Amino acid sequence: MQIQNKLAGFEEAVLPHLDAAYNLARWLTRNEADAEDVVQESVLRAFRYFSGFRQGAEGRPWLLGIVRHTCYTWMRQNRAQELLVPLDESNDLESQDLSPEALLLQSADGQMVRRALEELPVEFREVVVLRELEGMSYKEIAGITDLPLGTVMSRLARARKRLQKSLTGHTHAEVPG
Amino acid sequence: MNCQRTQELLHGYLDGELDLAGSLEVERHMQECQSCACVYNNQTALRSAFTDSALYYPAPAKLQKRIRSSLRQANKAEAPVRALPWRWLTAGAALAFVLLIAFFIWSALPGRLGPSRDDLLAQEVVSAHVRSLMGTHLTDVASSDQHTVKPWFDGKLDFAPQVRDFSDQGYPLVGGRLEYLNNRTAAALVYQRQKHLINVLIWPSEHSADSEPELTTRQGYNLIHWTRGGMTYWAVSDLNGVELQELTRLIQEQVPPRQQSR
Repeated sequence: MQIQNKLAGFEEAVLPHLDAAYNLARWLTRNEADAEDVVQESVLRAFRYFSGFRQGAEGRPWLLGIVRHTCYTWMRQNRAQELLVPLDESNDLESQDLSPEALLLQSADGQMVRRALEELPVEFREVVVLRELEGMSYKEIAGITDLPLGTVMSRLARARKRLQKSLTGHTHAEVPG
Repeated sequence: MNCQRTQELLHGYLDGELDLAGSLEVERHMQECQSCACVYNNQTALRSAFTDSALYYPAPAKLQKRIRSSLRQANKAEAPVRALPWRWLTAGAALAFVLLIAFFIWSALPGRLGPSRDDLLAQEVVSAHVRSLMGTHLTDVASSDQHTVKPWFDGKLDFAPQVRDFSDQGYPLVGGRLEYLNNRTAAALVYQRQKHLINVLIWPSEHSADSEPELTTRQGYNLIHWTRGGMTYWAVSDLNGVELQELTRLIQEQVPPRQQSR
């Protein structure tokens, strides 16, 4: 009886978030088949740990945390070189060129936006996906990615800056200072 | 507020994550600074480019099917033999009853209470760790500065835990949190080792004697428990045992052992 309840409870709490799980895995692995494998593994892992899941807690951040963890394990095994690129988190925020690019950005088509996002380093890509596509709060993102809140905001800032650059085709000259 | 800071906070503003004071500051700065206002406009445009491009990948229907069936299989593997003949059930119930009585007698024996309590406590510690990682409540005070975290505990606890940052040794302090464990409030210090988070839970010890660190494993987590200087410590993480012991040693070194005569 209890076992049946566990499955039913799990399906109710977790399966509604399958789209979110797949979307995150698809963006992190950038490949359909790999994303499917990662999601399947994540869901089974979530099922195993379901007893640790608090009744009434939000299923989506919990599942996405597991999906992210599984993705990184998978990437370490299959695409280690992607993770080896050191993340440049230097303060490159203050913009040098201040041309109004709003129009240019608005005319960017879906294909371009998709490519720009795919080309971001994975640490930047994940915060953008969680924020812009999943609409999660900084706090939820911090919980999923094990990052401090402040880092979530600064990563988002840098990620968006990079997206803007790649969408407007700027070859941004670094001016020291 | 300078432009550098504004252009970072601007994203919190854009995402509705700033408090009122922060939002007002950003707005005030943008009124005065054209370049930051321009950055803001660009970012709003970028966001609408995002919303307009169907970027979301929904799960394919075949994946849903695949997952449902593999869940059912996993569920079956977990399930014990389903239909027990009812005669066995009676026998089982009788046996369970005998065991229960035996357990009560056993646990009432003097000196037997210790290990089972430690066991329960270890369970509580693991749950606290898992909870802190799963939810959005890892820290109440997020800071790597020991002089921020230690005073934060003042007035929230009836004891003053030692707080030290070990960034130099590769275990930066992430922050602190209040926990409720063993029927009392406890301090939780969060450290990080590469991608691994470590919870160190501290509360005043009920026993006077110091005890040496003891490493155990539970649900795949490593736990180290020790008592020193009148405090009980539990360190828990998915970090490997060796590195967790290293952190334990660092924490231990800053507390002098309890004096024999007190």
